[in-house]
Amino acid sequence: MRNLTRAAILALGTTAALPAFAEECIAPANPGGGWDFTCRQIGRIMTELGLVPNMVQVTNITGAGGGVAYTHVVGDRNEDPDVFVAASSATTTRLAQNAFAGATADQVRWVGTIGGDPGVIVVANDSEYQTLNDLVEAVKADPSAVAFAGGSAVGGFDHLKVLMMLDAAGFEDARAVKYIGLDGGADAITQTVGGFAQAMTGDLSEITGFISSGDVRPIAVLSEERVPGFEDVPTAKEQGIDSVAMNWRGVYVPKGISDEDYDKWVDWLQQVGASDQWQTVMEENGLAPYDIFGADFEAFVADNIAQIQDVSREIGLLQ
Amino acid sequence: MDILGNLAMGFEIAASPYTLLLAVIGCFVGTIIGALPGLGPSNGVALLIPISFSMGLDAISALVLLTSVYYGAMYGGRISSILLNIPGDEPAMMTTLDGYPMAKQGQAGEALVVSGVASFVGAFVATIGLMIFAPYLAQVAFKFGPAEYFALYMLAFCTLGGMGSNNQAKAAMAAAIGLAIAMIGLDKTTGMPRFTYGELHLMDGVDFLVAIVGLFAVAEVFFFIETHGKDSAIGVKLGKIAVPWRMLRQSSGAMARGTGIGFVSGVLPGAGASLGSFLAYMAEKSVARDKDSFGKGNPKGVAAPEAGNNAAAGGALVPMLTLGVPGSGTTAVLLALLLTLNITPGPLLFTERPEVIWSLIAALLIANIVLLLMNVPMVKVFVHILSVPAWVLLPGVTMIAFVGIYSLTGSSFDMLMMVGFGVLGYVMRKLDMPTVPVILGILLGNAMEDNLRRAMVLSNGDWTFLFSSPIAVGLWIAAVLGFVAPIFLRRLLKKPPMPESDPTMNVD
Repeated sequence: MRNLTRAAILALGTTAALPAFAEECIAPANPGGGWDFTCRQIGRIMTELGLVPNMVQVTNITGAGGGVAYTHVVGDRNEDPDVFVAASSATTTRLAQNAFAGATADQVRWVGTIGGDPGVIVVANDSEYQTLNDLVEAVKADPSAVAFAGGSAVGGFDHLKVLMMLDAAGFEDARAVKYIGLDGGADAITQTVGGFAQAMTGDLSEITGFISSGDVRPIAVLSEERVPGFEDVPTAKEQGIDSVAMNWRGVYVPKGISDEDYDKWVDWLQQVGASDQWQTVMEENGLAPYDIFGADFEAFVADNIAQIQDVSREIGLLQ
Repeated sequence: MDILGNLAMGFEIAASPYTLLLAVIGCFVGTIIGALPGLGPSNGVALLIPISFSMGLDAISALVLLTSVYYGAMYGGRISSILLNIPGDEPAMMTTLDGYPMAKQGQAGEALVVSGVASFVGAFVATIGLMIFAPYLAQVAFKFGPAEYFALYMLAFCTLGGMGSNNQAKAAMAAAIGLAIAMIGLDKTTGMPRFTYGELHLMDGVDFLVAIVGLFAVAEVFFFIETHGKDSAIGVKLGKIAVPWRMLRQSSGAMARGTGIGFVSGVLPGAGASLGSFLAYMAEKSVARDKDSFGKGNPKGVAAPEAGNNAAAGGALVPMLTLGVPGSGTTAVLLALLLTLNITPGPLLFTERPEVIWSLIAALLIANIVLLLMNVPMVKVFVHILSVPAWVLLPGVTMIAFVGIYSLTGSSFDMLMMVGFGVLGYVMRKLDMPTVPVILGILLGNAMEDNLRRAMVLSNGDWTFLFSSPIAVGLWIAAVLGFVAPIFLRRLLKKPPMPESDPTMNVD
């Protein structure tokens, strides 16, 4: 009898609790970081658009640069249709470098990206380098004379940006490029302004303040087109170096869900990306439009990973 | 200067009854969070960010609330350091060295008051320093490259020799264990994982909070079980609280020096509050004439690190606000808060959003005064929280330790690791080895190695680069002096400690 009542209460409790938190977004990092931001903004807009009846619950599962959350989804949540996970270039970079304990990119389904943070290359204001080509020529002349500072470890996305750009410019010897990894873009900027490094790579949103204060001078933005608000910064493409590095903001879902559920997520994400709320969010946070969805996005991720693996092999991170 | 005008504007915005109420709540909650082992200022602030959003607070109110929590936690960390020998957060670690012996000698009240006043002095002066010097201090960060940082960390490790009061070799060995643990995780300079054995949870290295809670709180619980509470930290009695004026006067020099050292290390991004309190303590010990009483309950050994860590907390706001570079874990969380409030810290913040800066400074000053009032006369309230009977406190400490660590990463792996550290702490205590150097090794070892490796990359492996700037050379000289001086001084000072301060220590 007692067990029955307990069961009844439990059943009541779950039916009452389930709709309250039906959809869940996993942010693979601490509150306040980029993935947490993606989860909270997308979750909020989904609720505001009426796509989900309630608030989207945000769960922070930190560790190994997203690896703990990734293996959690692959291993424990493979058939959960209500969960989606924030991802970015960092996720594919680590997958490409086999840093998720053997997990591979085809163990989840990639839904899409709705915005990107363009890569940028800056030098100190009093630097002798005026254009991206000046800098590239200096590296070609003597790689040991130019040190790049970035906000990620060696092999991270900030490092790869430099290598891919130099590769596009015809400098092949990736191992000779000097790079120091610091804790975040602002830290890398101080090293560049202080003259310890000659150039800095990062995401545009990290360094807008330093650009407007005049401490640093952007010499190239690594996007397809010039970025609104920074129209006087030329793209690398314009300067003859065909290299684009966008730190995209997107999501993935578990592999084991049905095609209908996957299509539902693609549709929802498209609606969020097209909403006025998201346009405001992008504007306020220095993101540029970068929309790829569904099958196109799956192909994009695969390409992206192949490209990163090439570069990583050159610098010895992958055998 | 229009500092006063700006400050008046700040107070106008920040000093409404509503924000004052938020400051009081923030200070109270912060002090409790700081006092609970395992919950430090960074998780305190991180936990409250979502709450402040769901309360619908505007930018300034949210800032007032969260900076109050931040400063409150910096104050609160000392309470459990003194009463339980468990640092409430990592900068409060140094306070255990003299604070807990004082408590054992029945001077818990005095230790709390001295450290409370020291916290106030440190934080208040640092806030004023922030107000006056912030725009100029921002430039200091540009002068510090990898070579300079490496020399700074060398200075910290060189003074470590004077740390273990009885056995230098044991202190050195403990520091080596800490350094070894710091090597676990992703190596920033090659991008390769080290000592992780394919375990994803080890990729980010060992979180020092896991180590602190394990080495102190969990080890304390083991020790308590073994001794059935005899000789254990838990259960220190608190007498009446009177303001020990003589002790305060005696340690005023320690507070002043601690504040200066703390503020400077706070301003340097990457040094932070723990280094501030550590250097403040070591400096105080080396200038004191009664060296031998350090580690045995010298009030100056409580005043210096507390002034140091609170001044560093204020100093750490300088690079965070002016450069967007967080100098510590907590300022990293505050930085995230500012970004979510759509305020981008950086070189233009002072000119573009003066109302934010000045109301923040006003909020800090208000929080400090509230905290002084709360922590000196009302310290008993907080003590009561910790002085419940052992059969309540012990499970409580254990539970908070587990919950606090779980809230950090949400993984059970860290909890197991914490228990492992508890065992290590217990063994070390049995072997009479100090555990503080282990934490310092973990805390500073990574940053020291990263900077050495960066310096080597920049200079193409030329070691003379480490001595290439006047700042670096100055720090190296200080480091060598810090290492050599105690060896010679000990020989010179082989006399009994100066009797000057000892009798006064027992005056109530």
